[in-house]
Order: sequence, then C-alpha cells, then structure tokens
Amino acid sequence: MKHFIIVAILVVIFTVLVYAGLNSIGLLPVQASAQAISIDNLFQIHIGLISFLFALIVVILVYSLIVFRRKKGETGDGAHIEGNTALEITWTLIPLLIVIFLAYVGAYSLGEVRRIDMTALQVKVTAGQWYWQFQYPEYGVTSTELYLPVNRQVDLQMSSIDVIHSFWVPEFRVKQDIVPGQVTELRITPNLIGNYKVLCAELCGASHAYMEGLVKVVELANFENWIAEQQATVDVDPVLQGQQLVQQYGCTTCHALDGSKKIGPSWKNLYESTVTLSDGSTIKADKAYLTSSILEPNLYVHEGFPSNVMPSFSEILDQTQVESIVAFIESLK
Amino acid sequence: MKKFFSLGLVRGLLWQAVGTGIGVGIVTLIRVLMGLPAYKAEPATVFGALLGVFFFLAGVGAFTDWYKMAKGEEVEEMPDESHLGVMRYFGVSLDHKVIGIQYMVFSLILMSVGGMFALIFRTELAETGMQFLTLIEYNTLMSLHGIVMIVSILVGIAAIMNYTVPLLIGASDMAFPRLNAFSFWIAVPSGLVLLSSMFLGGFDTGWTGYPPLSVRAPLGMQMFFLGVALVGFTSILGSINIIATIIRLRAKGMTPFRMPIFIWAAIATSIISLTATQLIGLSFEMVMFQRLFGMGFFDPVKGGNPILFQHLFWFYSHPAVYVFVLPGLGIISELLPVFARKPLFGYKWVAMSSLGIALVGFLVWGHHMFTSGMAEYLRVPFMYSTLLVAIPTGVKFFSWVATLWRGKISFPVPMLFVLASIVVFLLGGLTGPPSATISTDLHLQDTYYIVGHFHDTLFGGFMFPFFAAVYYWFPKMTGRRLNEKLGKLHFWLVTPSFFVLSLWMMRIGLLGMRRRIADYDPALQFQTYHQVMTFTGYFIGLGVLVFIINLIWSAKKGEPATGNIWNSRSPEWQVPSPMPMHNYDRQFEVVGEPYDYGLPGSTYVKFEGE
Repeated sequence: MKHFIIVAILVVIFTVLVYAGLNSIGLLPVQASAQAISIDNLFQIHIGLISFLFALIVVILVYSLIVFRRKKGETGDGAHIEGNTALEITWTLIPLLIVIFLAYVGAYSLGEVRRIDMTALQVKVTAGQWYWQFQYPEYGVTSTELYLPVNRQVDLQMSSIDVIHSFWVPEFRVKQDIVPGQVTELRITPNLIGNYKVLCAELCGASHAYMEGLVKVVELANFENWIAEQQATVDVDPVLQGQQLVQQYGCTTCHALDGSKKIGPSWKNLYESTVTLSDGSTIKADKAYLTSSILEPNLYVHEGFPSNVMPSFSEILDQTQVESIVAFIESLK
Repeated sequence: MKKFFSLGLVRGLLWQAVGTGIGVGIVTLIRVLMGLPAYKAEPATVFGALLGVFFFLAGVGAFTDWYKMAKGEEVEEMPDESHLGVMRYFGVSLDHKVIGIQYMVFSLILMSVGGMFALIFRTELAETGMQFLTLIEYNTLMSLHGIVMIVSILVGIAAIMNYTVPLLIGASDMAFPRLNAFSFWIAVPSGLVLLSSMFLGGFDTGWTGYPPLSVRAPLGMQMFFLGVALVGFTSILGSINIIATIIRLRAKGMTPFRMPIFIWAAIATSIISLTATQLIGLSFEMVMFQRLFGMGFFDPVKGGNPILFQHLFWFYSHPAVYVFVLPGLGIISELLPVFARKPLFGYKWVAMSSLGIALVGFLVWGHHMFTSGMAEYLRVPFMYSTLLVAIPTGVKFFSWVATLWRGKISFPVPMLFVLASIVVFLLGGLTGPPSATISTDLHLQDTYYIVGHFHDTLFGGFMFPFFAAVYYWFPKMTGRRLNEKLGKLHFWLVTPSFFVLSLWMMRIGLLGMRRRIADYDPALQFQTYHQVMTFTGYFIGLGVLVFIINLIWSAKKGEPATGNIWNSRSPEWQVPSPMPMHNYDRQFEVVGEPYDYGLPGSTYVKFEGE
C-alpha cells in the first residue's frame, strides 16, 4: 500500500510539472484567426492528457526500476503475479471513455473551424510551381500578396495548375491541400493585424522550400485603399506588365535580376548575350531563344544548371504575356 | 578467384548486370522493329531493371531447386550445409538461422546507408541557405532516407522473425525453406534497383511518391517505384511462411495461449503484410504505367484522380507502421519478464492487443489525408477509428509497467534498450492523438511535428527493440556475447541524443517548420535547433557505428557464452549455443506457462528423455 501512495503523489506532482513546463515554453505561434482559438483550446486538452499519461507511465516505470531493482548479491525471482482481470478491464474501459470524449470534442472543434459565414470575402487562390496568386473576383484584382481585412471571414477557393500544393499560414493554424483537377475550400477569419507568410506545406518539387507568399491582415479601410490602388494600376507598357507577370508567377524565386546565381540563370545582361548550353554548344540569347526557354525550358539547358527543374509555361501564359516577359528581360540589359 | 565466382552473391550480381543489359536491348530492338527512334531511356531502363532482378535470382540460385522439382528430380529435404562454413552466408541457404542472419546484415547495411543520407542532409540543414547540396540532391537524399530506412526495417523484422520463430516454437525450420530463401534474395537486387535511382536523376517526391509530382519527376522515380514494388514480395512471401510455420509446426503442447508472446506479434504483423502490401505495389505500378503508357489513373485531364493514389497508398502505408512496430512491441513483451523475473502481466490481453492493433490498423488510413481534399464527411469517422488504436496500445503499456512492478529488475544491455523502447514509444504514442483529432491536425499535418512523432514511433517500436533483440539473441547465433561496455556506450550515445532530436523536431514543427524543405526562413530562428539536431544525429550515427564494431569484434573475440546466460525459460536457451544446424537435437513438449518466473519448480518445456 505504501508503494501505491508514494506513486500516486509522485504522479500528481510530475503531471503538474510537465503541464506547467509545456505551457511555459510557448508551444504554438501567435494566434491570429478565429479558427486558431478553437484549435488551441483543443491543443490545451491534449497537453493536459499527455502530461498526465506521460507522468503515470514514467513515474511507475522509474519507481519500479529504483525500488524493485535487483540489489547486490540478491538471487531469486520477483513476485509471481500473472495478471488481474479487473485491472485489465479498467485500463481498457477508461481509455475507451477518454477516446470517446476526445473524438466528441474533436468533432465539435472541427465544426467550429468549418463554420461558414455567408458574407465571407471571396478569394480565388491559384498555386503553381512555385508561386501563389490571389484573385479578388468581386473587385477584378489579381495579386501575389494576400491582403485580408481583419475580422472578416475569407473564403479561399483554391486550385492548382500542376502538382499538389498546400495552403498554410501557421498563425492561422488551418491547412488545406490544393489538388489539380478540383477546387478545395478553406475558410479563415483573421483577427490580428500583422504580416504573415503563406507556406506551401505539401512537397511540390525542387523549390518547394521557397514557395512562400506574403499575407497582410489590415484594417478594413486600408484594405479598401489597397483594392482601389490595384484597380488603378492596369499597365499597358509591356515592360511593366512583364515585371508584374514575373512577380505574379514567382519567376524571381529561381532567376535573380542582379546577376547572382540562384536555381536558374540570372536575367541581368542576359538579352543578346552568348549562352553556353549543357551540350557544350553556344547560342545567342535573342527573343526566339528566350521565348522557347519559357515555353519549353528543357530544349536548351544553360550550362551549369540542372534540367527538368523549370516547368513549361506554354499552357499558362498567352502570347502577349510571353512577349511582355521577354520585353522585361530585354530591359535588364 | 574461382572460389570468389562460386559465391552465389557474386554470380547473382554479374547476372543482374547481364540481365539489365538484355532488357535494355530487347526494348531497343522492339522499338527498332516498330520503326520508332531506337533508344528511349525510360522504358528501356525500367524493363532492364525488372529483368535484371530476375536474372539475379536465377544467378544466385534461388530457382535451382524449384527447377529441379519441375523436372521431376529429387531435391534434398534438409541439406547439410555445414561443410560450406562461413560461405553459406553468401549464397542460397535453406537454413532459417542463416537466412535470419543474412537479413540482419542486409538490414544493418541498409540502415547505415539510409542513416548516412540523413546525416548528409541534416548537415545541410544546420544553416539556413543552401550550402553544399542542390535542391534536387536534397530532395533525393531526403526521399531515399525515408524509403531505405523503411526497407531496412522490413528486412530487420524479417531478420528477427526468421531467426527466432522456428526456435521459439520448436520447429526444425520454416514451413517453406526455399520460399524463405527466395524472399530474402529478391530483396537484394530490388534494393540495388532502388538505390540506382540516385544515379538516374534522383527523385523529388519524398517516399510517398504522390502524383502528379511523381509523374513529372526524373527517371530515378521509376527505379524507386520498381524497387519498392519488388521488395514488397519479401514481405508478402515472408509472411505466408511465418503464418504457415506458426500454424503447422508448433511443438507438442504449445496451445495458442502457451506460445511465447513474440509469436503473437509475428502472427499479427504477418497478417498485415500478407494482405496490405499488395496495395502499395499496386499504387506504385499504376504511376509507373501512367508514366510509361500514358494511362491516366491519377491525371484529372484524362478523368483520373490524384487523391485515389493517396487512398491506395495509405491503405498499405498506415498498417505498415504496425508491421514495423508490432514485432518490436513483441520483443519488449518477450524480454521484460526475463529481466524483471516476473510473469508477463495479463498475457492474454497483451496477445489480443497485438491482433487488435493489427485489425483496427486497417480502418484508419484516412487520418493521413485530413487536409488532402478527400470528401469532408470521411474525416470524423476516420478520427474515431484512429483514436481507437490508443486502447490496445494502452493495454500494452499498462501491462509492461505492471510486469516491472514488484519484480527483481536487472539492467544488462538488452534490458536498457527495452526500457528506452518503452519511453520512446510512449512519446510516439502520446503525440499521436493531437494529430488524430482533425482540427489540431490541420495545424500539424506536413510539419516537423509529424516527423518527430513517427521517428519516436519507429525508434521506440522498431529501432530500440531491434537493438535489444540483437544483444539478447547474439549469443544464440554465435556462442559469444556482445561486449557489455561497448553495448552501454552504444546505448548512452544513442538514447539521450534521440530524445533531444525527436522532441526538438516536434517543437519546431509546432512553431511552423514544414516537412521536407531543403531550406528554411532565417526569420523563424530555427537555426540553433537545427544545429543541435544535427549534432544529435551524429551522436546516433556514432552509436550505431560502435554497435557494428561490437558485432564484428564480438563474433570473433567476444566472451564465450554457450549456456543460458539470461536465465530465460524459453526453449532456445535450454540447449547450448550456438544452435546446431537443424535446431533441437531432441524434441520438446510444452508443459507449463511460458513466463512463470517466481513460481518454484515450474518449467515451460520438457525435452524428450528428460
């Protein structure tokens, strides 16, 4: 009996210590959405259960190892205890009840997270290797940055042009894969003004690590200003349009504009220069070359850079858009 | 020189090279005859690699006896291979103990290779920015680390089961010795095919190989798919053998509830490998066919569905986790009573919990797909079934600590690893429910939290028990015991490092570190964590190196240990080590309970003539 009392006291102390310890180190990032509140509450229940169960098993284990260890010179075996059916039933039924409770609060929490607001702001998200693009159909605006008004639910209708991607802003907690051939939905109600990053959470090829985009949660007035600004700047100059497209499609993730070497060749002074290809031959980087490199990147592979990294843009960009990008590259001479 | 070429392994490798060449030639010839451009790398390489594997098997001699049987010739039922000495290990042997050791060595080789990959990319992660790897090299190494370790684990559990199951049940060999040899030997050329992916452009999809990314990946992808699909036969055929052996070849008096507890784990794990492995092979073949023949299974443009792949893939790959851990949990249950000198608490409950985990394991695959975009109404049912796994797993933990309670516990190296297994697997188990309740998983999915969670599960459920099993049964294999000092060094190098590594993984995962990224944002301030994790990785590698040195050294010069050095009741320890060629010279009968430690005068088995 003495053993049981000591163990029970130790389990209680150890549970409290683990729980307090886990809560003091800051386990989760800033909470920046209404969904995060519900999710973090559920995390809190989990942390409590983990602390208790960890303490329970580890305290009994370590206590046994110390108290019931074989002392020097001791021979013989331990107590002949084969089992205890009542105990077995207890530690089957109590976990079963805990499981049912957890599943219930889990389902409830999911319901909260998926609550639909009919007045949500509509945003169409397009993901591709390796960029994010956001369209605001109500305003006719397209951007590579996601601007969101605070405290209003946003309904993200997401699609992918190539492989599976996943939309995740750690501060918002929720995540949803984006699958080619279907539209997936994610609803978020940001509630904290600030700058965040949307990260691609599903491995999507070589530059997966760099598939990030800026998310800005702002006051409603600032959001409306930003929308108005975007609507005003519809450019006709091909160089400016090219520059926008380059940002929009994330070309600069791989191609530097300042001469430095990234995943792909830099565009600085590229136009009209002589390029050495991977098979040793050389070619002049004229308009035809640049166009074919955008449409069929593996046709001419620049020496020192791997092939099969850049996707083809032949089905993504129209002719004018390709011309604009080539014009932009030309301007970097 | 002649002796060198008489080794089955050498012959197999030569034949594999020839077979691959012939395969490439056949495809090229067909293309020429059809009037197509002569050489196309992908079909030629895939067919060549496939043919190469079969040529290896023919070269090593895995078909020889079957061919003789087909011709109506006599084959020797239980050949005496003792004149071959150590050469037995380099060719086809029908002795389950030799095959077990072949599996073990192959598993250790794969484990070292896979571990090395991890150390290389962990070093890259020590600082933000890319240091010495390109992005595609990083992805290839990260993907290969995953799959090579998984194959190493499958081979590792085959090692333990092959060596111990016939000994524990008193059989002279497995039910189908030739099938047993075939199961081992197909893993070798398939493993080579898998590793060859590194030299054929690599692949950047991770070990999950999700299309459409895997449809666009370089040629190395096909070698990955082919290698894994073929290595699956090791699991499928091996498990047929284990099940048949356990059902048919038990010693007299060994009723189901008097079997050593590890046998229950072996049965449970074999049921899963026998019935689920096909699904991963199938899903991989479908992507191969999509690439080779343009069949649009997973291509939405052609009416396919990328999510279908994930269902097929996880239908195997979740139960596979239980394939990996059930034998390890069986080893914990098998060894604890020996070192606590007490009966296993609640034997029947522990036995049934293995079957419970195996069966519930078939119904939970959807929890890998909570964020995948599958039908939303499926998420809650999968949450319930997933959480149910906690119940049989809980029974095991409670039974283990109850077994220790009021024992007389001693701490030789195998016991140290058993205890570490329990705590590490506990961490793996307790960190599971947050990823089972859907809304919290929306945060955790595809982060380092998941990476930490399953490294805990696999180290606690396989790696540490595997080490324990090798320390425990090594004297049975060689007649010498492993050096205790080196064993303790191995333990203390690996265990604390591993705790830090896995806890740090989970910590940064919760804070926003995604899985499978070659580089991370310096603004997240994870660099110090990553540096510590890289150091702990090196300590683990060092520990495994000490272990391998210990194995080689002790096999030759270790302290002789021919008797029952652990004072175990199990039948294999009642006869001198190493075990003779066809196991027990005298048959035994089961006359008591397996784990009646502390009951004076009781024995588990009685040998003929005693």
